[in-house]
This record gives sequence, C-alpha cells and structure tokens, in this order.
Amino acid sequence: MSTLLNISKIDMVFPTPKGDFTALKNVDLQIKKGEFISLIGHSGCGKSTVLNVVAGLYQATQGGVLLNNKEVTAPGPERAVVFQNHSLLPWLTCYQNVELAVIEVFKNKMSRAEMKDWINHNLKLVHMEHAAHKKPDEISGGMKQRIGIARALAMQPEVLLMDEPFGALDALTRAHMQDSLMEIQDELNNTVIMITHDVDEAVLLSDRIVMMTNGPAATIGEILHVDLPRPRNRIELAKDAEYNSLRSSVLEFLYEKQRKVEPMPKKKAIENTSTTEVA
Amino acid sequence: MSTLTTQVIDESILTKLKLRFSSMHNQAKPILLPMIGVAIFLFLWTLASSSINTSLGKFPSPAAVATQVHNLYTEHNQERDKAAAFYQRQEERNAKRVAQDPSYEPKIRAYTGKETFVDQIVTSLITVMSGFILAAALAIPLGIAIGLSKDLNAAINPIIQIFKPVSPLAWLPLVTMVVSAVYVSDDPFFAKSFVNSLITVTLCCIWPMVINTSVGVASINKDWDNVSQVLRLPKSKHIQKIVLPAAIPSIFTGMRMSLGVAWMVLIAAEMLAQNPGLGKFVWDEFQNGSSESLSRIMTAVIVIGFIGFMLDRMMQKIQYVASWDKSSASL
Repeated sequence: MSTLLNISKIDMVFPTPKGDFTALKNVDLQIKKGEFISLIGHSGCGKSTVLNVVAGLYQATQGGVLLNNKEVTAPGPERAVVFQNHSLLPWLTCYQNVELAVIEVFKNKMSRAEMKDWINHNLKLVHMEHAAHKKPDEISGGMKQRIGIARALAMQPEVLLMDEPFGALDALTRAHMQDSLMEIQDELNNTVIMITHDVDEAVLLSDRIVMMTNGPAATIGEILHVDLPRPRNRIELAKDAEYNSLRSSVLEFLYEKQRKVEPMPKKKAIENTSTTEVA
Repeated sequence: MSTLTTQVIDESILTKLKLRFSSMHNQAKPILLPMIGVAIFLFLWTLASSSINTSLGKFPSPAAVATQVHNLYTEHNQERDKAAAFYQRQEERNAKRVAQDPSYEPKIRAYTGKETFVDQIVTSLITVMSGFILAAALAIPLGIAIGLSKDLNAAINPIIQIFKPVSPLAWLPLVTMVVSAVYVSDDPFFAKSFVNSLITVTLCCIWPMVINTSVGVASINKDWDNVSQVLRLPKSKHIQKIVLPAAIPSIFTGMRMSLGVAWMVLIAAEMLAQNPGLGKFVWDEFQNGSSESLSRIMTAVIVIGFIGFMLDRMMQKIQYVASWDKSSASL
C-alpha cells in the first residue's frame, strides 16, 4: 500500500516574548491507508502540536504535510478531529451536533433524507441513538466523547485525528470506549492518528506506536510495530507474551530513555509565569 | 441497662424531631424570611416617618402611600371617564352637523386632559423599551464585529472607553438641541420629547451591550472555533451557528445590566427635561407642593422600584428561554 499521509520533516517554532521556542524538530512520518497510529510521549512533548499541524490548525515552520500528495494548508473535514474535551456545541442536541457537520460536508451530495439516515447511522455506530435528542450537558463524559467520535466519523474523513480522546474519562469508561473504537475500526478500517499517554491503550489499539522524545525540539524517538492479530481482546492479551513485551518496550522508552527530569521549583516557576500570562 | 435503653430512645426521638423541625424550617424559609424583612422595614419606615417633619408636612408613612395608590388609581379612572364623555360629545356634535349639512367634514380633536399616574407609567415603559430595543439593534451587531476583529476592536475601543463613563444626562442638552434642529416635521409620528428620552436611553444602553457582546464573542471557546474551522464553515454560517449562540450568555448579561441602568437614567432624564413619564410626575408633584405631594412621590418611588425589578425579572425569563446556559440565567 502506498502512503496516504506524509508528515514530511516538519519543524514547529513558536515565537515567544523570550525568543523563539522550537517545539518540534524534524518530525517525519509516513502513514498508509487504514493504519492506526498512536502518538505517545510525556506531556508537553509536542504530540498535540503534531496533530494540530496535520489538522491544519497550525502551519509548520519547516517541512509540510501531504495528504494524497496534496499539501495541507488549512483545516478541513477530510482530516476530522476528535478533540480531547469533546467540544460539542452545548446549545445543540447530539443529533444537531452531528447534523451540523453532515450538512456542511455533504450539502451538495446528499438529499435531506439521506443525511438523516447517515446521521442516525453514525449515532448507531457509537451506540448513542437513544440520546440523539439530548443536549450534551444531559449526558455523561463518555457519551459526549462518543458523540464527538460520531461527528468526526460522519464527515467520512480520510484521516481521523484523535487528541487524547479518552484522557478525561474514568478507567472503566475508557476501556469501554476503546472496545467500541476497535469495533468501529473493524468495520470502517479508517486511517487514524491518536494521541495518548496510556501505554495499554496504545498497544491495544495501534498498528504502530510512535514514541516521541521530550521537548523542546521534540522528535520521533522510536517507532514500534504492533503485529498482534485482530480482533484483540484485552483480557486474553493481558497474559500474552508479545503484548507484554511490547508494553514493556513502550514503558522502557518512556521511563528510562526519555525519563522526564524536572526539578520541582523550576516547574513551579513555569506554572507561575503561565498563570500570569493568562490573567 | 434500662437507663441506657431509655437514653438511646431519647436520642433517636430527639434526632427525628430535630430533622422534622429543620425540614419544616427549610420549607418555610423562602417565604418567611422575606416577609419578616418586609415587616421590619415597614415598621422602621412608619417609625421614621412619624418623626420627620418637612415644610410639606410629615414624611409619608406606608399608610399614606397606600391611600395614594388608591387615589391615583381613582383619578386615573375619573380621567378616563372624562375622556370617554368628551369623545362621545364630540361624536354627537359632529353627527348633528353632518345631518344638517352633508358636505361638512367633521373635525376630530384629541382629548387634552392631564396625564394620570398610570399614563405616565405607560409612557415611561414604552420609552425605556423602545430605547433599549434600538440600542440592542445597534450594539449587538457592533459588539459581534468588534469581538471578531482585533483590528476593529483596537480602533473602536478608545471611543467606547471614553463615552462609557459619561452619564447620558450630560448628553441630554445636546440631544434636545439636535433633535429639535434635525427632527423637523409638520406632523411628527413621534413626539420630540419621546425622541429625546429614547435617544438618552439608547446612549446609556449601548455601551454595556457592546462591551459584553464583544467580550463574549472574543472569549469564545477555542474548541468550538476549531470545530468551525475543521468543518470549513463560511463566515456567515460561523457567526450564525457558532459565534452568536456562544455569546448569548454574555449578550444577556449586557442587556440586563443596561436595562437596569436605562430605567434609572430615564426617570432622571424625564425629571430634567420635563418629558412625559414617571420622572415628570415626580417633578410635577414636587413643584405642586401640596400636602399630598410627598406621599405621591413616595408612591412613585416604590412603583419605579417595582417596575425596575419586574423588568429584570422579565429579562431573566427571556434569557432562561433563549439561552442554552441555564446557570447564567439566574439572579
């Protein structure tokens, strides 16, 4: 299979009052159609920056992103994003949230009735058809994230970008959501880039785990191929030797090779400056 | 052993009683406490009024105000009867003349009796709502434009900051002169005094609405903005589907703030400019200087307060219906 998405040697430099800050340096990754890629690394290493560059919300300072050999310059529905905080519009019902996306993406391609079927189909895919007419405030965090996924899937993206989609959920809900995502992935075989800092999640879901070094000037440290057969079952895998060796290689990378050493007072000082900036 | 059992029973009964008492207490609270507050206020008011003597007699007591409420309402009804009688006489007279001379075109004259307290209330309410709606029609689009564009904000912000602290009453002489110079018509649809009051209200409503709308638009959740970008919503749809709903809570904050201030300012403007309304009623009574004047003014004060409260309640109800953020639609 040929490359669908080419993240070609991107650098990302943010101008700050204290001079330029290089967040990413020479990040280079080629993704094939139907691949599930996890980006893992310590917080602040620039995982989200990579995702935002692919989404088109940021422009890389050097290098660029090619989707089907066309350069990405702006955000678009062919690179749908599932945001960390679900980012549903609270004044719309779940159905309307998905509808907003469907109308915009398929306005000249689908009739009203087809759109309705398509929205309901996607809500069904994430098992949320029962809450279609509820507002986001009336459903749980996991349900909101399901709607967020349904909205992204309804755009029929070429690449699905997920920014720590289950990061804000409790462990049980998260496991549930991971199973749902695998189920959906079996059916649709989407190309996915998912940011996570959960090692088990990365091994369970991915075809490749991209491990990032610590910033500043973060880049790809190692790439781990996960060749576990699908469908994967978390309970069976818990005893699987290969699963456990993969898991320990990720842990090794994160906690030995890229151990985050941050003296406490320094961290506090950084926090202080950031709060004053916000205020 | 037996003493221990009784003790245990005693304690359980005691806790039950305590619980029952506290639940009763909680149910009564929302009605009882305000009633106690009002009763104490009325008592202190009565006490104070009997010991304050002015050149127009004693300071009005709650009883005097109650009498005036009745009087003012009766006067209003009498005035209405007089007006009805006037129109009936006029009609009869015209009918007679037309019967005598079919080519006669009947003249219809409006009744020119004194405006009653109720008329003044209606005038003030119409004025404040018209000025408020005009301000909203100008301020909300302007606020959205400023909130969306940093450049526009930088350009307009100094003007807003300078005019915001100006009391609209300072504008009043200028408004009066400009209106009488510009608004010239043989048969004006609106009275000049109405236009003056309306512009004064608009001037005071506009700034809080512009500022709150622009802040609401500028501080829109970044995630929602990203959603709009990923969907490539066109600008008009972005404003309609994302920006406007997101800013609704702040827009309502601005509207409620400005309506409260507008009501206060309008009364003062009516007093100052002798424009019809509650302010004129207060000023006329003061100039009148009869033994009943103070109690009539006190009645007006309470009615003004009550209407101000009802206006805010009305806005709150509208906000509750219109806004997705129900938590912000509270007092």
